[in-house]
Amino acid sequence: MSDYNQNQYQRYVSEFLESNITPYANKFEKEGSFDREIIYKISEAGFLGANIPEDYGGSNLDMLQIGIIHEQFARVSSSIRSILTSSGMVALAILRWGNEKQRRKWLPRLASGECVGAFALAEQEAGSDAGNIQMEAVREKNHYILNGQKKWVTMGQIADLYLVFAKCNGNYTAFLVEKNKCVLVEKQDGLLGLRASMIANLSFENCKVSDGNILGVEGAGLEYVASSCLDYGRYTVAWACLGISQACVDICVNYVKKRRQFGAALIEHQLIQQMITRMIVSTNAVRLYCNNVARLRENGEAESIVETWSAKYLSSKAANEIASNAIQILGAEGCCDKHPIERYFREAKIFEIIEGTSQLHEIIIAGSYS
Amino acid sequence: MNDKQEMYYKVRDFICKVTRKQELKDDDDIFEGGIINSLFAMQLVLFLEKQFNIRINGTELKRDNFKNINTIVKFLEEKQSKL
Repeated sequence: MSDYNQNQYQRYVSEFLESNITPYANKFEKEGSFDREIIYKISEAGFLGANIPEDYGGSNLDMLQIGIIHEQFARVSSSIRSILTSSGMVALAILRWGNEKQRRKWLPRLASGECVGAFALAEQEAGSDAGNIQMEAVREKNHYILNGQKKWVTMGQIADLYLVFAKCNGNYTAFLVEKNKCVLVEKQDGLLGLRASMIANLSFENCKVSDGNILGVEGAGLEYVASSCLDYGRYTVAWACLGISQACVDICVNYVKKRRQFGAALIEHQLIQQMITRMIVSTNAVRLYCNNVARLRENGEAESIVETWSAKYLSSKAANEIASNAIQILGAEGCCDKHPIERYFREAKIFEIIEGTSQLHEIIIAGSYS
Repeated sequence: MNDKQEMYYKVRDFICKVTRKQELKDDDDIFEGGIINSLFAMQLVLFLEKQFNIRINGTELKRDNFKNINTIVKFLEEKQSKL
């Protein structure tokens, strides 16, 4: 995509957000939820079906456009942004590993917002250690019976389709589970941030799932299905962190020009200049990294996998430092919800945890070079 | 070098490169001994798809297809013969 088209698309996303999300974003955070109407608006604008081909009702955007969407959404509402990752991961799994029948059934509904997808992998004893999942699937004739619990399921409260990972004869397997009576949904409150991402804990009790709802084959659940979903999730989170960093820079640059202390604008103080410089340079470096990963992914390069880990690591670390410095520059002003900075600060911490903690990233990235 | 040999060397080079194990035997199980992890499983899929212009689908994600260098080459040969 040319720079011109990139800027045009960024403006399109930004104008959509300004009209449809910005006025209500704080309300959604306080209430811990948002209306289904918002989901339909996101779909109509082509964001929900971003990674779905047009043949299946999606908008078939390229990797850079997907990155731009996540960057812009994170500036306004990381909670609303999270539905794009959540449903996007489920859509990707179906598109990548599902059969044609599954694609025809689910992808148009995921793109239109008629169906919300949720990725259900984590459990009480299986966070970073995903291989420790305890949920079990037992095969009976032409269906499976699922039993177990899942935690921290983004959009779990309103999802219509869960992508669930369970052990079947010791093999990790991915199942598409439609919302039904045997899936008990418990709302997760008291979150540090992303308070309207409608996180839920799920209990599956003798949940009957047709064998037509397996994605791929028995045993492909973690190494292929979950890995590809999380890879997509990491890519979107890397861009979301870039959105936070860029927003902090924009707010601070504006603030330090106006705010005067000791008879001079803050920008004239050298210690502030140092902080602003570091914020700008760091944000620009992350942008270059994210752009490069977008290119690698667009070309289907094998190295895109490790580079996506690296981009998410770099971007989330930078967002934490930048949001922290932004609060420091704004002083008391930064500590209240008059500015989105305090929200960015809380969300940046979460982004250093979801889709793999920074420590897990260090193990993976270092391991890939040694 | 014929097509099969070229395919073999490309697969072998890639796996040895990402696993950093030059002494890997053609029938060593690359998943069994912790030689390859989930990170490399997806790298392998992307490499095979791009290098050999194929699309690997969900039903082909059987462990036996990607167990070792020999089975990967066999899988590729079968896949390409259907094109």
